[in-house]
Order: sequence, then C-alpha cells, then structure tokens
Amino acid sequence: METFRYIQGVSTLKLDSETCIGCGECTRVCPHAVFELTDKKAAIMDKDACMECGACALNCPVDAITVSPGVGCAAYIIQSWLKGPSKATCSTP
Amino acid sequence: METPNPGTECSCGCTKDAQAVPTGLSSITPFILSSPLDIKEDVPCCGAPAGPPASPYEKAGYSICPYVDGFVTIGQDSVPRVKTRLSPKDHVSTILARSNIGRNTYNVAPGLYATGNPNGESPVLVTANFKLSFDHLRRELQGVHAWILVLDTRGINVWCAAGKGTFGTDELVNRLKRSRLSSIITHKKIILPQLGATGVSAKQVKKQSGFSVIWGPVHCRDIKNFLGQNMSADKKMRTVTFSLTERLVLIPVEVAILLKPAAIFFLATLFVSGIGPHFYSLPAIINRGLPALATLTMGIIAGAALTPALLDRLPGTAFSVKGIISGVALSFPTALILAGFTGVTGVLGLVLVATAISSYLAMNFTGSTPFTSPTGVEKEMKRFIPVQLCATVLGALFWLISAF
Repeated sequence: METFRYIQGVSTLKLDSETCIGCGECTRVCPHAVFELTDKKAAIMDKDACMECGACALNCPVDAITVSPGVGCAAYIIQSWLKGPSKATCSTP
Repeated sequence: METPNPGTECSCGCTKDAQAVPTGLSSITPFILSSPLDIKEDVPCCGAPAGPPASPYEKAGYSICPYVDGFVTIGQDSVPRVKTRLSPKDHVSTILARSNIGRNTYNVAPGLYATGNPNGESPVLVTANFKLSFDHLRRELQGVHAWILVLDTRGINVWCAAGKGTFGTDELVNRLKRSRLSSIITHKKIILPQLGATGVSAKQVKKQSGFSVIWGPVHCRDIKNFLGQNMSADKKMRTVTFSLTERLVLIPVEVAILLKPAAIFFLATLFVSGIGPHFYSLPAIINRGLPALATLTMGIIAGAALTPALLDRLPGTAFSVKGIISGVALSFPTALILAGFTGVTGVLGLVLVATAISSYLAMNFTGSTPFTSPTGVEKEMKRFIPVQLCATVLGALFWLISAF
C-alpha cells in the first residue's frame, strides 16, 4: 500500500505511550502497519498511512489510542451533511 | 429467545435458516445430500416413476440452499456443510452482483456452517452474510475442516459492515449464543477477518461471551497459510492491498449506479442544447446535443473508470485532482473533434462540465478504496466541491452562449 498515499498530515490518531502496555494488539488490527512495537511499547511509525478506521482505538485494552473514527467515503460524508450522521449511508453496500 | 425464521425466500430461491434441520443424532455424522439412495421402488401404477425419497434433513417450509452439500451432526446439532467449489451459478451471480444487479438481496442466512468434517477442535472462521464474502471464504477452504460463523451484516461485506457497526461486537456475541457454538466446540477461540476489527472489540467479546478473538488475515486467500502457521499472520497478511485487479472489479458497480442520474442529466443536456438564436431549434438538439452527450460521457468514463484504473499513475493526492486530469484528457479531444464547430466557447463549456463530472466521480471513489481517511476526504471535499460546482455552472453558461 505504500504506492498509495492520501492527503498527508490530517490523521487524528494519537497514542499515549505512558498508558501503553505493549500488548501489540494495535499492530495486529491495523490494516496499514501504522504501529510497531519497540522497547515493549507501541509506536506510531507511519501516521500518514492511517485511514482513521478506528480498529486500534476500539481494540486497545488500556485505551491508550485515540482517533476520530469514520468512513473515508465522499458519498457518505455528503449524506451526513444533508441528512445528519445517523441517516447517512454509502451509495453501495 | 427468538424463533427460527420460518422460510423466507433468499436470493438463490432457497429458504433462509442455516440450521433449519432436525437435530438429535449423537455423534459426528456427515450426511451427503448427493449420496445415491439404495431404495427398491415399487412399480408405479401409472405416470412417471417415483423420485427419490426426501432427505431426513428436509423440513416443511424450508428448502436446502444450493451451496449446501450435506450436514454435519455433532452432539445435539446438525450443521449445514457448504461446498468449497463455486458452481457456475455462483460465478454468474457474482458477475451480476459486481454489476449492481440484485446486489441488495445478495445475502446468505446467518448462522453456523461447516466445511469438510469438523469436530470440536476445529477452527471457527467468522464472516459476513454478503454472499460474495461468504463465497470468497468457502472457496479457500478446500480440504479444511472448519466451522464458519456467518454474522447478520444485512448483506454487506466485512469491511463496510464493520465501519457501519453491523459486523460488530453485539451481533457477534448474539450470534455466538444463537448458534450454541460453546456446546459444539471444545476450545474458546474464534478467528475474525482482520478488517472486522473496526467494528469488533475483542476485549468486549471476551467479557460478554468468553470467546477469545484471533485476528485472521485481511484476505481469504491467506487463510490456509494462516491456519498452517499456527494461526499467526505476518505483516503481508495484515496489510490491505489495492491492486489493479481489485480496482477493476469495482468499476462496473461505479458505472451501474450512475446510469439513472446520467440518463436524467443527458435529457437535460439535450434540452439545453436546443436553445439558440431562434429561441428553440429541434435540429440543434441533434447537431449540438449529441456532441455534448459524447463529451459528457467521456467525463463519466474518466471519473468512474479511468481514474480508478490509473489511480496509482495519475498525479495528485486528492482524487478530485486525478479526476480533473483524466477528465480533461478524455473530454478535450472529444469536444474538439465533435463540437469544434461551436468555437472556443462551446468546446470550453463542454470540457468544463465533463471535467467537473469526472472530478466529482473520482472524489466519490474514495469510498471504494481501503486507504482514504475521513478527515482527508472531508478536507478534499470542502476544497473541491465549490470548484466542481463553479466549473459546472460556468461550463453550462459557455455552452449556452456558444449557440448565439
């Protein structure tokens, strides 16, 4: 996926190293290999590869990761502007 | 406690209940539907000879799905066993679903299925009830003895359903209970597709059901290697890809969902093309309208097909920019050749509208990719939707003016 890079410097991903227990769950769920374990702690190695899917934050056992999760889909965002986030859907399944 | 769904029709014409079969056999007894039955038939008194007797797994009001080739009986439960080879019908229905035909009803009944002859020690693989997801998984399980737990994701694939929350913790915990999996398997492990992690909290699943989630590979094609490696995935298995083939299969749906809005837009274009110095001219609908339609069609092809195909080759990070480049590349030569007689204003007008369409459609393709962040998409939209709107209005004005 390194051939594809989207808009840089916008990801809302944050990791609190103090809280991290180094379990490595974030490295297992991230589909873009954003995290790596170094010195028994997770580290954000490639923040601009983050697509804010929220898998890491949802699965961090100590809530050390925060991200504003969402769907990177223009059709969905247009609908959420027009109808509100609760009624928005992507145009295709 | 919910009662089983009594025989609603599914897309394949069968009824929807994964475990709509009698129970009661005590050992693991696979039953093959296609087994020849050695029954001596009485000579019929009249008419055609009698057909084979009903299988013991048939149940009033239900029929057995074509992808089920038998049943595995384990303890109190009979679990449908699915074929690991796709039939020609499966391939045809895949092509139809990829073309947006019948896609909204393309689902399988949620519940527990089997491949091969699994037992209490066999792995459990969880997937979505979108039939494409289900087919992708079962075709990779030739020779594998496993359980498949299908979640009710409303006929949506794992990735999209996880984003929407239907492939989520609550549904998983609920489906584990309803399938009575804990009475079938002796271990407490379930393998989830990694892309389901957006909707499923492994910690909550453990807390609410006692089952430990093991994150499987992103792609079904790696599942055998994953199982062979003692259920561990390497970095390659964990990372999403977006190859040319993966992009090309998405294009038919991108185009199919545009047919209706494009038809309306085309009618409006033909109508506008008739406006001229003599107030309204029917020949102009043909003379000016058809070149306009050809140019706008190029805009649609550029945004919905060319941009996805050349996504890694086109310059720019914003998809809207990629759409502008491919839009100009296709619409400018078309307008020049077919609508050159309308002069600079006419050609410019058509290219502006076609490029705006291409840019908008390219921007919409963000939803089909596995790497665009919502913050990035929103930033792109705020920047480029005004540009696309201005180009459309200006282009339409230029096109009108060129008639005078």
